Amino acid sequence: MIKVENLGKSFYIHHLKRSIPAVRGIGFEVRAGEFLGIVGKSGSGKSTVLKSIYRTYLPEAGQILYDSAAFGTLDLVRADMRKMIYLRKNEIGYVSQFLNILPRRSALELVEKALWEMNAEGEEANRIAKETLRHFGLPEALWDNYPLNFSGGEKVRLNIARAVVKRPRLLLLDEPTASLDDASKYKVREAIEKLKQNGTTMIGIFHDLVFMEGLCDRIYDMERAEESVPPDAQPFAHARSS
Amino acid sequence: MTQWEKPVLTLKNFNKTFGNGCSFCKDKPENLKGGCCPKCRTIYACRDVSLCVYCGEVVGIVGESGSGKSTLMQALYFDSEPTDGEYYLDAYKNGERNIFADSRRQQKWVRNMLLGMVYQNPVMGLKMHFSAQSNIAEKMIAAGNRDVHSMVARGNDLLERVSIPPARRKDNPCNFSGGMQQRVQIAKALANEPPVLLLDEITTGLDLSVQADVLELIQKIQRANRNSILLVSHDLSVIRMLADRTVVMRNGQIIEEGLTDQILEDPQHPYTQQLVYSLL
Repeated sequence: MIKVENLGKSFYIHHLKRSIPAVRGIGFEVRAGEFLGIVGKSGSGKSTVLKSIYRTYLPEAGQILYDSAAFGTLDLVRADMRKMIYLRKNEIGYVSQFLNILPRRSALELVEKALWEMNAEGEEANRIAKETLRHFGLPEALWDNYPLNFSGGEKVRLNIARAVVKRPRLLLLDEPTASLDDASKYKVREAIEKLKQNGTTMIGIFHDLVFMEGLCDRIYDMERAEESVPPDAQPFAHARSS
Repeated sequence: MTQWEKPVLTLKNFNKTFGNGCSFCKDKPENLKGGCCPKCRTIYACRDVSLCVYCGEVVGIVGESGSGKSTLMQALYFDSEPTDGEYYLDAYKNGERNIFADSRRQQKWVRNMLLGMVYQNPVMGLKMHFSAQSNIAEKMIAAGNRDVHSMVARGNDLLERVSIPPARRKDNPCNFSGGMQQRVQIAKALANEPPVLLLDEITTGLDLSVQADVLELIQKIQRANRNSILLVSHDLSVIRMLADRTVVMRNGQIIEEGLTDQILEDPQHPYTQQLVYSLL
């Protein structure tokens, strides 16, 4: 589904007149329906990799080959901007711990808006949006409320709902559970498990290794720059009880 | 997919200068100081600006005061004449005719039928001493409509959409608040259902809640009509909220363009970096 080859990115900061290296020589492959977990300490460039895939950052070296349903295989590093916009609206989702809210939009409207981008309209968008919010356990009383008033966990679940409602082929999860308590994390994990059952391909960053247990098919370690099968793939139940 | 592959609006190599230029500055951009010739004082307001807007797309233009944003918008709306350049609209003669080279009459038709403009200053876009209703009718008359009933009905419908209460629709915009004037301007811009909207600093100078009203309205309209929008703003949060793509201008030139979040999170040009670092 997606193959990252020799990806490199640094940031040239003009007022410092120097370049800050972020990542170098990153390479991995994710097959359809797989979940790849990216681990590494803060500053090792995990988010940079995800943001490069999503073209929030412009990579300098390497290529990112993605099998698109609409365009066939294309290199996301060099793809035309219009194609990137299309892919973001229709194929590739991105979830971070921050909720990018619009002024005076209710949770329900935010999810509906995501559907509008895919040309689902009116009643149908409303129905699917409600279904999705219910699916991710966002209490019905909050649907018409502005997310500014939500708790951290509710925001993340709304964030995931908003990305997932489009049924993306590839979902990028950029530490969505950072700053959440265990109960909220568990709900998010449940949501991700459901996605996995539905066959969504995912690349995720989680700080919390315990959280990743049993969820990832493979792990990519930024520091050692290699892929591995998680050594200790125990069921999550064990982690929850501890 | 063919629909969004074809640009709705194309501008190629647009130039606008104020002054005739001299041997020192003509074709020697390296001699200019901040877009101005130090010898003959000719101002190069826009230099070699090319851009496309696709169907249903919102393109943001950011840049400091004097970077040429408004000059560009004025030329696109035929408020001022270009020095040179090519301008195509897909809805006009199948996008094959350079509108800058067409007659003034044709340009007027394009302006009335295919474009809607909202200025930062409502005085530019509205006749302040004609009622809100008449302002909308004016645009429709310009488009050849002569049926009073249909114009009143359309005016009411549009003013309803921008939430101007029925009791105020016959009042003159000079007696309206800034936010209301802006909403009437938007209604007027929509009078002939143009495929392209040009929005020049529409929220500048409005207070936060009114700003949110106007932005909400623009989003609603854009969704319902699938308009293509060219949006000038120096407020990066407005751009972040509305624009799919963003173009950065400085000294009359486009210095950077990209997906909006890329411009904001990974700016390349020194000026864009300064701009983004200045964001509160």
